[in-house]
Amino acid sequence: MGFFVAQLLTGLANAAALFLVASGLSLIFGVTRIVNFAHGSLYMLGAYFGITLMNILPGAFGFWGSIVLSGLIVGLIGVIIEMFVLRPVYRAPELFQLVATFGVILVIQDLALLIWGAEDQLGPRAPGLKSVVRILGEPVPQYDLALIAITPFILLGLWWLIAKTRIGILVRAATQDREMVGALGVNQSWLFTGVFFLGSALAGLGGAIQLPKGGADLLMDLNIISAVFVVVVIGGMGSIPGAFVASVLISVLNVFGVSYIPQSTLVLMYVVMAVVLLIRPYGLFGREEKAGEHGQVGEPDRPIRPAGLVGRSFVAVLLIGLAAVPFLFSNFSQVLITDIIIACLFAASLQFILSTGGLVSFGHAAYFGGGAYAAALLVSYTETPMELAFLFAPLAAGLLAIVFGWFCIRLSGVYFAMLTLAFSQLIWSLVFQWYDLTGGDDGLVNIWPSEWLSGTTTYYYFTLIVGVGGIILLRHLNHAPLGYTLRATRDSARQAEATGINVNVVQWTAFAVAGALAGLAGGLFVFSKGSIFPNELEIGKSFDALIVVFLGGVKTLSGGVVGAAFMETIKDWLTRLEYWRLILGLVIIGVVIIAPDGIVGSLRKVSEKIGLRRTEEFMK
Amino acid sequence: MSAVLKVENLVRTFGGVKAVNGVSFEVMPGELKALIGPNGAGKSTCFNMLMGQLKPTSGKVYLNGKNITGKPPRAIWRRGVGRTFQITGTYQSMTVAENVQMALISHHRKVYSVLPYAYKLYRDEALALLDVVGMADQADRACAILAYGDLKRLELAIALANDPKLLLMDEPTAGMAPKERINLMQLTSDIVRDRGVSVLFTEHDMDVVFAHAHHIMVLNRGELIADGQAAEVRNNPQVQEVYLGGGTLYKQEIADA
Repeated sequence: MGFFVAQLLTGLANAAALFLVASGLSLIFGVTRIVNFAHGSLYMLGAYFGITLMNILPGAFGFWGSIVLSGLIVGLIGVIIEMFVLRPVYRAPELFQLVATFGVILVIQDLALLIWGAEDQLGPRAPGLKSVVRILGEPVPQYDLALIAITPFILLGLWWLIAKTRIGILVRAATQDREMVGALGVNQSWLFTGVFFLGSALAGLGGAIQLPKGGADLLMDLNIISAVFVVVVIGGMGSIPGAFVASVLISVLNVFGVSYIPQSTLVLMYVVMAVVLLIRPYGLFGREEKAGEHGQVGEPDRPIRPAGLVGRSFVAVLLIGLAAVPFLFSNFSQVLITDIIIACLFAASLQFILSTGGLVSFGHAAYFGGGAYAAALLVSYTETPMELAFLFAPLAAGLLAIVFGWFCIRLSGVYFAMLTLAFSQLIWSLVFQWYDLTGGDDGLVNIWPSEWLSGTTTYYYFTLIVGVGGIILLRHLNHAPLGYTLRATRDSARQAEATGINVNVVQWTAFAVAGALAGLAGGLFVFSKGSIFPNELEIGKSFDALIVVFLGGVKTLSGGVVGAAFMETIKDWLTRLEYWRLILGLVIIGVVIIAPDGIVGSLRKVSEKIGLRRTEEFMK
Repeated sequence: MSAVLKVENLVRTFGGVKAVNGVSFEVMPGELKALIGPNGAGKSTCFNMLMGQLKPTSGKVYLNGKNITGKPPRAIWRRGVGRTFQITGTYQSMTVAENVQMALISHHRKVYSVLPYAYKLYRDEALALLDVVGMADQADRACAILAYGDLKRLELAIALANDPKLLLMDEPTAGMAPKERINLMQLTSDIVRDRGVSVLFTEHDMDVVFAHAHHIMVLNRGELIADGQAAEVRNNPQVQEVYLGGGTLYKQEIADA
């Protein structure tokens, strides 16, 4: 009994930081409709600033003062982010905003590394709250009790702010209809900035307040963000009470999970989320999102036509050039190009649902890594011939996409993105924690291709044929009735439904196809490396794919392939630089603001301007 | 001759509000029928139930004698009901012809087909439909750069793609210039005449309604108060009260309170 109560208290104490971060994210989303992926980074900054300040300011007053000050500093940083990164892209499609905030994550990561160094920092303990209290015989840290006491006051404070003050009224009004609030004479820019300050400050507070329990390290930004997303999705986007209930639920669950089923703590969180969403698709306290017409924000996509003679000749020459590589260059360049082709196929599969379908998936790595792991597991445990295991990769990934797709497709927009992310995290946590089966962090090794494919050059040709085949297949699907129908569901779901098209089933099919082809890329990957590790399933992997599609050009057909080829080529050079994340982050933010058409889109515009390419007036 | 569309005692409540309260009517083959009424009369609610976007609280909708109550929009379309929207819902990233081809692809059940090039499928059929609405010369333009009036005509062509027996048009001339309105309604009556299709439309512009509709129904506060030819409806005292302000609305309000 004592143990049980102690566990419950630890869970409640852990909920404090989670709630602070989640309520900030929820608040920002409610008003600005922006999912701030950099919210975890603000939490991390809160922790670092907290340590620095606590080392300067002495005593209990210094300790608590540092926490408040950290919150204020991080709030101001949030204001800077809002004014310089997000303000220019409020009218852009949500994907642009998400990518911009991802750029911010990279920048903050390297800035934190620059300022505080790579070593983990231990948080100082709270003056006067350093010991433990015995409750039913079990030791409970005093600081935990303090946190449990503080959290309801923060909730109350937020509730008072939202329900009782003029600012709160504006925030609530903006959550419902920001255009109307603007029309009534409220300066929206400052309202958004204000909300960003508050939301960021909450994240900073969360980071600082957890210091005595956790400390600060450079991984805490991405570590908390998936938990925060789970909390926000379970609680309902934009709902503060929802964030509180879900934080408590998840934290308590985690603590009990650690004690009773230590192998599946991470999995448990995502299972709970899936169950909640099955019953209430918009979270416990969430309201149904009005599904807008996707892909309609900003400039509409151009009509498409299969490549003409010039385009096909160009591709043919390129392919001949690639086929000639083994005769002209070293093994190293073959390995490099193998990697590039795999990345291109993966990006192309994401682009199919992202651009053509308007379905912003944030967890596409689940199908890449899922396919790779499926093949690797078959080889490791059943000694299946490589050829069969390779075919199993797209099959397994496709099946996975069918199962996850069933949950995700019913939602749209941001909810869809969050849910795809959460499912990919579910797969990642399964692989990461099921050590006996997957080897956990040690991965699966010795997954080599069959004898006849084992040479570098042979495998290079194999990848060239399969990978390029997959890319061409996806490209053709865009021009086939299925691709057109998918585009129709994106352009106007209403018209599609009114002309006999089952929008959900079409999107589901496309989701499965994209998953299967990502799995194909995963299959190529695992046999080219001979091993697979959980990092191929991480959030970062999904983001990489999003970023290359974005760099290449979202509103184009070839953007993913071009972006991936570009990125993989420079990555080798770029990652040798010490602060490459900073550079990449700034480049991403720059592209979002200055050249949102991406590489392909910008080239197209230039060639239209100088008259090399027909304009959109007539398509013959 | 039996009715194409038969509506029996249709009711829809939102909380305590009876938006549509026991509406019954028929639309005959080849008939161009208007549904009018002041704002908040229940026209849109009524329309959304016919098209399957809203499920009725009670009552039945029959299409050619078959019960279609509560079926989803796509199922109702498959049974031969075309529709146009008050705010156009065209595919902005496709050409004009492709917009119609998309509906034809769905009509021919080729949505999941992966082999052919979509832009080549049913192009001649699409061009013929575009010819009907006078848009054939714009077939290869990007839909995104069309003028609003042209989008409306395009939507009409899309609605004709499954060779419907019944067209439901929700405020077909909303947001159009007066001259364009007349042209579009003339086009609609030509289609009714030439193709034998029945049309039910809602409209705010009384000139349009009285110039073209064969029959007119008037809805007020969720109830049908008139259903007949233009002259009858024009002379109906209840209709005059509703439109010219006999004070009914106001008195009713007091009575309700």
